[in-house]
Amino acid sequence: MAERPIRVLVAKPGLDGHDRGAKVVARALRDAGMEVIYTGLRQTPEQIVSAAIQEDVDVVAMSILSGAHNHLFPKVVKLLKKENANDILVVGGGVIPEDDIPSLKEAGIKEIFTPGTPTTETIDFIKKNVKRK
Amino acid sequence: MFEKEKLDQIKMSKKEWENNEVEKTVSRFPERKDQFTTGSGLEVNRVYTPEDVEDIDYNEEIGFPGKYPFTRGVQPTMYRGRFWTMRQYAGFATAEESNKRYKYLLEQGQTGLSVAFDLPTQIGYDSNHLLSQGEVGKVGVAIDSLADMEILFDGIPLDKVSTSMTINAPASVLLAMYIAVAEKQGVSEDKLRGTIQNDILKEYIARGTYIFPPEPSMRLITDIFEYCSKNVPKWNTISISGYHIREAGSTAAQEVAFTLADGIAYVDAAIDAGLDVDAFAPRLSFFFNAHNDLLEEVSKFRAARKLWAKIMKERFKAKNPKSMRLKFHTQTAGSTLTAQQPDNNIVRVAIQTLAAVLGGTQSLHTNSRDEALALPTEDSVRIALRTQQIVAHESGVAETIDPLAGSYYIENLTKEIEKEAMKHIDRIDELGGAPKAIEKGYIQKEIQDSAYNYQKEIESKDRIVVGMNKFKVDKEPKKDLLKVDPKVGRMQEEKLKNLKEERDNEKVKISLNELKKAAEENENTMPYIIKAVKEYATLGEICGVLREVFGEYQQSVIL
Amino acid sequence: MELGKRLIKGDKRACARLISLIENNDKRAIEVIKKHYDKTGNAHVIGITGPPGGGKSTLTDKLVKLLRKNDKKVGVIAVDPTSPFTGGSILGDRVRMSDLATDPGVFIRSMGTRGHLGGLSKATKGAVNILDIYGVDYIFIETVGVGQSEVDIVKSADTVVMVMVPGLGDDIQAIKAGIMEIGDVFAVNKSDLDGADKTALELEMMLDFKKYDTWRPPVTKLSAVKNEGVNNLLDNIIKHKEDMFKSGKFKLRREKNAKLEILNLVEEELMEMVHRITDEHEGLDTIAKKVAIRKSNPYTSRDEIIKLIKK
Repeated sequence: MAERPIRVLVAKPGLDGHDRGAKVVARALRDAGMEVIYTGLRQTPEQIVSAAIQEDVDVVAMSILSGAHNHLFPKVVKLLKKENANDILVVGGGVIPEDDIPSLKEAGIKEIFTPGTPTTETIDFIKKNVKRK
Repeated sequence: MFEKEKLDQIKMSKKEWENNEVEKTVSRFPERKDQFTTGSGLEVNRVYTPEDVEDIDYNEEIGFPGKYPFTRGVQPTMYRGRFWTMRQYAGFATAEESNKRYKYLLEQGQTGLSVAFDLPTQIGYDSNHLLSQGEVGKVGVAIDSLADMEILFDGIPLDKVSTSMTINAPASVLLAMYIAVAEKQGVSEDKLRGTIQNDILKEYIARGTYIFPPEPSMRLITDIFEYCSKNVPKWNTISISGYHIREAGSTAAQEVAFTLADGIAYVDAAIDAGLDVDAFAPRLSFFFNAHNDLLEEVSKFRAARKLWAKIMKERFKAKNPKSMRLKFHTQTAGSTLTAQQPDNNIVRVAIQTLAAVLGGTQSLHTNSRDEALALPTEDSVRIALRTQQIVAHESGVAETIDPLAGSYYIENLTKEIEKEAMKHIDRIDELGGAPKAIEKGYIQKEIQDSAYNYQKEIESKDRIVVGMNKFKVDKEPKKDLLKVDPKVGRMQEEKLKNLKEERDNEKVKISLNELKKAAEENENTMPYIIKAVKEYATLGEICGVLREVFGEYQQSVIL
Repeated sequence: MELGKRLIKGDKRACARLISLIENNDKRAIEVIKKHYDKTGNAHVIGITGPPGGGKSTLTDKLVKLLRKNDKKVGVIAVDPTSPFTGGSILGDRVRMSDLATDPGVFIRSMGTRGHLGGLSKATKGAVNILDIYGVDYIFIETVGVGQSEVDIVKSADTVVMVMVPGLGDDIQAIKAGIMEIGDVFAVNKSDLDGADKTALELEMMLDFKKYDTWRPPVTKLSAVKNEGVNNLLDNIIKHKEDMFKSGKFKLRREKNAKLEILNLVEEELMEMVHRITDEHEGLDTIAKKVAIRKSNPYTSRDEIIKLIKK
């Protein structure tokens, strides 16, 4: 029996429509053998968490380029906790100033990938840190 | 461009050179790569000669500046008359703060304004909307009503500056507010100069700030065309944008092709709405990206001008030469900026500036070094503006028109890009035009494939990005970044609350009802929107009415 | 609390986890289904299929919204093709169902085909059972109508909706050959496009070739994007359901599907057994090699393997 592939929810919270990064990452994860569920643009934290639960994903990967990360990323983690789903690995990416990273990590976002991160780094991080069920 | 006899001689000597000099050198010192390509992947030869331009007819395909097919530029004197407009895209937080930044930029010698709106404004939500949380004032200024717009342009004479507004889905609302502010300043609408982006098709393709489905969106656009051709004649009613298509990962030729295909769709829509092509086409403008491959970019701009001229003349039978001129704004490529060693970005932007200027742009925004990290600080914006000023005043490239013309490489590449772009345009025509091609996902898929290839090249180091995948440093020094005050959201909400207490709510209601009726009954919406903004109806209220009538677009095609 | 108990209480996380387990053929999920199988059979299962680009997800979204207005609980299983080289996939059907994500009465699950043959129809069948125990009134299975395993999936539904779009031309012929006969209800989506009437007419003509006793598949023109005509389609789905009950076909269909399901499961188990047992001996590859060079023959090989199994 083949091992269950890692399931990842790739989501764009907030209002920005720049999904180049999210889509490139989605493709790279697929090519690394993962099952990617793509949610599309303008997702509220509630929608993301709800999808993550129904899809029983191992990872939630979010991308924001508008600067709304400090508000939206932690909210997703908080809602996941409320659903007792804090075993799901949460990572983020986008235009995110270095100064913001420590507080985001403290809020439960396990890693932040800024522009220029090779997709291989993201893949490795997920493989290493995902909690298999 | 050469006599046959001369050409034969050149071909022979080239063979000789290849067999002797080249052969000898390459056998001892192989070249760096088996195949050389442009930034977009077009093959590049070792050397270009008259042979590569032999079938180009000078008068027909290159010609003179200000003359069909406009390959060399849209005006006869270009920068010898006046430099391009140096226009830095700016806006953040509240109208008050952005107003300060505009005044600063004008003092620094900037010659036009370019307004960046925050995402809620771009998507037609007021600052107190649920989806606006965390976004207010982040990527641009928050505008909820005419009251904010009055502050934004306070003390800036609207008959003296030209203003570009990056606004698409709710473009008519922001234009209406601009007209209303001008009126309060005593400036009549026929004196206003500027541009609204108003290009919804590329929002579906690449940028994502759409509101309504394609059909009503196209109608709002033609409403603006019609209104402005009669009342705001100096206003550029659309800026058909390849910038974001390129940022999303397209190649140079795709950027030209998809942008012009969008352009064709707008012209079709306007003609279908009963407008005469020469009545609105002179007010169409374009917006392109300036990427790193200097010579490819210059060729791209030349190819785009030539193609559009041909399309307008041959396909749409335009008679006025002004309808055939592709005027464009340029922005340097944000996607080429690295978060690593951000000062290197100054150099990238300088090269891209040269590309835009050598390509004959009408206006230019130069990105700031820190934009891969956050919104730019005032210091960074100044360096970016200075870059343009140095190219204008010190480099000498603005002293003669289209100085790279006649380069065998440039002329050949111009032709290649034109051919490549035409292939895509033909394909889009086969699919039934840009809106259909977008619906089927053809354009998005092409762009995503290019973007993914680009990323894979970087990761395999087939493509080097200095400071990112080569020449790295271990420890990056800390940078000062601009922080938008998180209180902006609450301040805007407060303002909205006060506004709704102070304005005449009965009049607002009436004006919104009238707008609704006009939208339902296919009347031109523009006059009704102007009326509503003057009553201080909010952006969210106006777009809300239109949402009720038109419905909302749902993203459909993905990967 | 154990997963099964949480599932009957309508716990979303348990439901989601059990679907993952059944997708992986995990015993824990099978046990839950065994234990609670008497609670299944209440949900009406609707298969939505048709050529790619037909707007199936958008249509599903609209149908679900209509059912939600009547306060029905709905489950959706959206099946997407897998990238055959890496086993990975990008499942994007949720994009068109974004509004439903936070609706407590809706459960949407995306499934990749994961490359293994037959496994998909088993996994979807399992997921249907779990959603049924979870307590939904309707289950949509949405999949592209190409490939045998996709056809197998929709065949097991109670009502099969075939979604067509104008302008497919020859494709209709191809589809007709394979899966036309499994449609109970037909939809022509994108009715605003040129050729919608023609497509509908062609469908009606094709359907007229066959003889029917009580139910002749109706054809509905609609535009899912504009939300026009979707209610007519839902009416036809409900009518089909009622007709099946009245005519007694419902029972027959479920019996037929149960038989298929049992046979599929047995077949799969047997195949696994074959692999396992031959591996314990000389291995299937070695046997095949012998047959290829005519040192043995397929019939004797079969007999030998069967003998091993029977031991």
